Amino acid sequence: MKLTLKIWRQGGKYKGEFVTYQLDNVNEHMSFLEMLDVLNEQLIRQKEEPIAFEHDCREGICGTCSLVINGRPHGPLKGTTTCQLHMRMFKDGETIVIEPFRAKAFPVIRDLVVDRSAFDRIIQAGGYVSVNTGQAPEANSIPIEKEVASRAFDAAACIGCGACVAACPNASAMLFTAAKVSHLALLPQGQVERKRRVLRMVAQMDKEGFGRCSNVKACEAECPKEISVSNIARMNREYLFAALASETMA
Amino acid sequence: MISTDIKKLDAKIPAGPLAEKWENYKGHVPLVSANNKRRIDVIIVGTGLAGASAAASLGELGYNVKVFTFHDSPRRAHSIAAQGGINAAKNYRNDGDSVYRLFYDTIKGGDYRAREANVYRLAEVSVNIIDQCVAQGVPFARDYGGLLDNRSFGGTLVSRTFYARGQTGQQLLIGAYQALCRQVALGSVKLYNRHEMLDVVIVDGKCRGIIARNLLTGQLERHSAHAVVLCTGGYGNVFYLSTNAMLCNVTAAWRAHRRGAFFGNPCFTQIHPTCIPVSGDYQSKLTLMSESLRNDGRCWVPKDPADTKKHPNEIPEEARDYYLERRYPSFGNLVPRDIASRAAKAECDAGKGVGPTGLAVYLDFADAIKRYGRDTIAARYGNLFEMYEKITGDNPYEVPMRIYPAVHYTMGGLWVDYELMTTVPGLYAAGEANFSDHGANRLGASALMQGLADGYFVLPYTIGAYLSKEIRTGPIPTNLPEFERTEKEVADRIHRLMSIGGHESAESFHRRLGKIMWDKCGMARNEKGLKEAIGEIRTLREEFWKNLYVPGRSDEFNPELEKAWRVADFLELGELMCIDALHRNESCGGHFREEYQTADGEALRDDNNYKYVAAWEWSGEGAQPVLHKEPLIYEEVEIAQRSYK
Repeated sequence: MKLTLKIWRQGGKYKGEFVTYQLDNVNEHMSFLEMLDVLNEQLIRQKEEPIAFEHDCREGICGTCSLVINGRPHGPLKGTTTCQLHMRMFKDGETIVIEPFRAKAFPVIRDLVVDRSAFDRIIQAGGYVSVNTGQAPEANSIPIEKEVASRAFDAAACIGCGACVAACPNASAMLFTAAKVSHLALLPQGQVERKRRVLRMVAQMDKEGFGRCSNVKACEAECPKEISVSNIARMNREYLFAALASETMA
Repeated sequence: MISTDIKKLDAKIPAGPLAEKWENYKGHVPLVSANNKRRIDVIIVGTGLAGASAAASLGELGYNVKVFTFHDSPRRAHSIAAQGGINAAKNYRNDGDSVYRLFYDTIKGGDYRAREANVYRLAEVSVNIIDQCVAQGVPFARDYGGLLDNRSFGGTLVSRTFYARGQTGQQLLIGAYQALCRQVALGSVKLYNRHEMLDVVIVDGKCRGIIARNLLTGQLERHSAHAVVLCTGGYGNVFYLSTNAMLCNVTAAWRAHRRGAFFGNPCFTQIHPTCIPVSGDYQSKLTLMSESLRNDGRCWVPKDPADTKKHPNEIPEEARDYYLERRYPSFGNLVPRDIASRAAKAECDAGKGVGPTGLAVYLDFADAIKRYGRDTIAARYGNLFEMYEKITGDNPYEVPMRIYPAVHYTMGGLWVDYELMTTVPGLYAAGEANFSDHGANRLGASALMQGLADGYFVLPYTIGAYLSKEIRTGPIPTNLPEFERTEKEVADRIHRLMSIGGHESAESFHRRLGKIMWDKCGMARNEKGLKEAIGEIRTLREEFWKNLYVPGRSDEFNPELEKAWRVADFLELGELMCIDALHRNESCGGHFREEYQTADGEALRDDNNYKYVAAWEWSGEGAQPVLHKEPLIYEEVEIAQRSYK
């Protein structure tokens, strides 16, 4: 396959611009990132600066890879991260536009690499169960209905990649935050801190500069783990109850 | 060619009967008071299961913890990719499991090359891990009564593996990550993301800190502590192609080795039997298909090599050889990984391999789908089947999977004593980074168990034994000459890498090293090949330092520089692995020397001469490493020829 790639370059000698590359020797069985590896190898041979992009597990689970491919976070294939996307999804002679995940709260570090540490700070604000090592009761003393555990898992499957933010016209982090709020609110272990958790996480999300949710649902459409927007509805309910309760308490 | 100055390594195994050692140890280990813990700094490098759980637990105890990860977030560590599950001796199935049986299975699975006391402790604390993870909200699989479900894994006859669909590692790591995040918010742990440890600093014979590179600015930083814990994972990427994440590397462990930490059993590598076969030269990594698939999938090849190019569904039952069931009737498809891998290789070597390269066997679910229905199989393995289809374009519900062994895990690692301390006082290693619990072969679902055992339940106790002597030390200044000197050595090495100005990328050297390692120090090894490999690696290393090209600058975000440094370390480690494999004149677990096998092709151990841990001491660049032996003494287990027949 022959491809034309228009890739966002930022940092080093590039001020922030699209640069066009031709790639002639693309095999359809390559993954998308292997295609970029081939391009980088070519650039290094020409003593050009290779394109910075993030990746690690290349199995769709670590959440490190990103990229907006032809306008879509993680590219055209539903429920798939960029690293699991293969070139058989593209046509010979096609032009592919590759950009970083763009959001005010995800500043660009270089080329296609952005800073997503805002997500860590949202989890630090309350995305946990406060149980020290050694404090746990016998595991089977907390029975959980299979269906409930399964729904909690669906929310917990989030890989923290940030595609939801990149897909959202408001760069909102509602789906990411809601997935964690839901995961823990559904489980008995998460009940004690339920109210405080949602208030703190939402406050942190706002502080990081993410936008508001306006029910576009692009986040769900682009999420590589297909996390449902029903989690956002659940988070809104949780937030409302928690806010009312805290006012009553005040 | 190997000097064998046999120095006694003190493993510090507590006295007393095996089943009481850990209880006794805990009852007598010196403690550090709460007000003194505040004055003690601990550095943890790595945030996978071992690192995140250790950092969270030590933070909860009140130590000042600094935790380092080269990723953008602690949640990216490679533990996240573990699919199948985590073992624990809960005996919830009432099928005869016990702490002793998990211990015994692990020792036997490791082909009698692991330390009894460590493994027994691992089995003991396994039950606490499940409790802890459930309390954190890890959504393990449950049955209709709401209680925890189990599945079977290779090398055992009981069902003791806890799982969260095919994403157990992810869920356990997220649990540990959240516990870590809580400590970060409380201020007891300081997180340094996008920081890579490039050296340890030794002051008066003790590890007193690290030199880390800020990967965004390229700046070198000095961080001091009273103890340093390396939780930096395994080194399977020395083979270039492996199931490890792309960034997994040996640098932290190797730098510690060069500063005096002995490297234990470096040649013990696990080749996982069920991975998606290699498809082309551009390939960057291999993808694992969970061992849990062997619960329901049957491995076979055509009996007649002439049938290997036929469509598998056209090969009738009587023309298929279910070779694992034939050779190992009692364990069948659930033999341990090393045995399953070698059996697959033997079939391919005999010309019965399938697929375009002839380097694959079938893993067939047709019978299971017939027996349980497609929905049940989808519920068990749906995400794995989808992943397989995404990568290969084939649908495993219709056509058998094609699989082949690939490098997956390294049992070898930094030598540690019972307290998880390396041979450098104050320097610890936990999780896959140490060598301790799996002997010559790790059983499935035991890596997650060991990582979390070390971090949650072992290290928080054992590190106190050392730190209790550090309460009067006070803060360690980073302007000591040792910090200055080590930082300069790191800076010089970076400068050297940047200024070679050759023509070949680090990636290209890495691929070439990987090919040597896979061909000559992979699934089967022999004296001739290993000797050749050592020569080839030395030549490649020379070429690397003459012809490497690293683009960009060192004072900026530069992934190519990071890669070059890691490949330089792999080029040194690879040689040590071959030296270790060459010296061990026996076959055991994942180490298969072709010269040492039984008539039916099984590994032939030599307990009279090799029942020891090989702990290698660095003795300078270009010099032969020095071998130290820790004899393995089995008080409880009777050593036998391992049989899964």
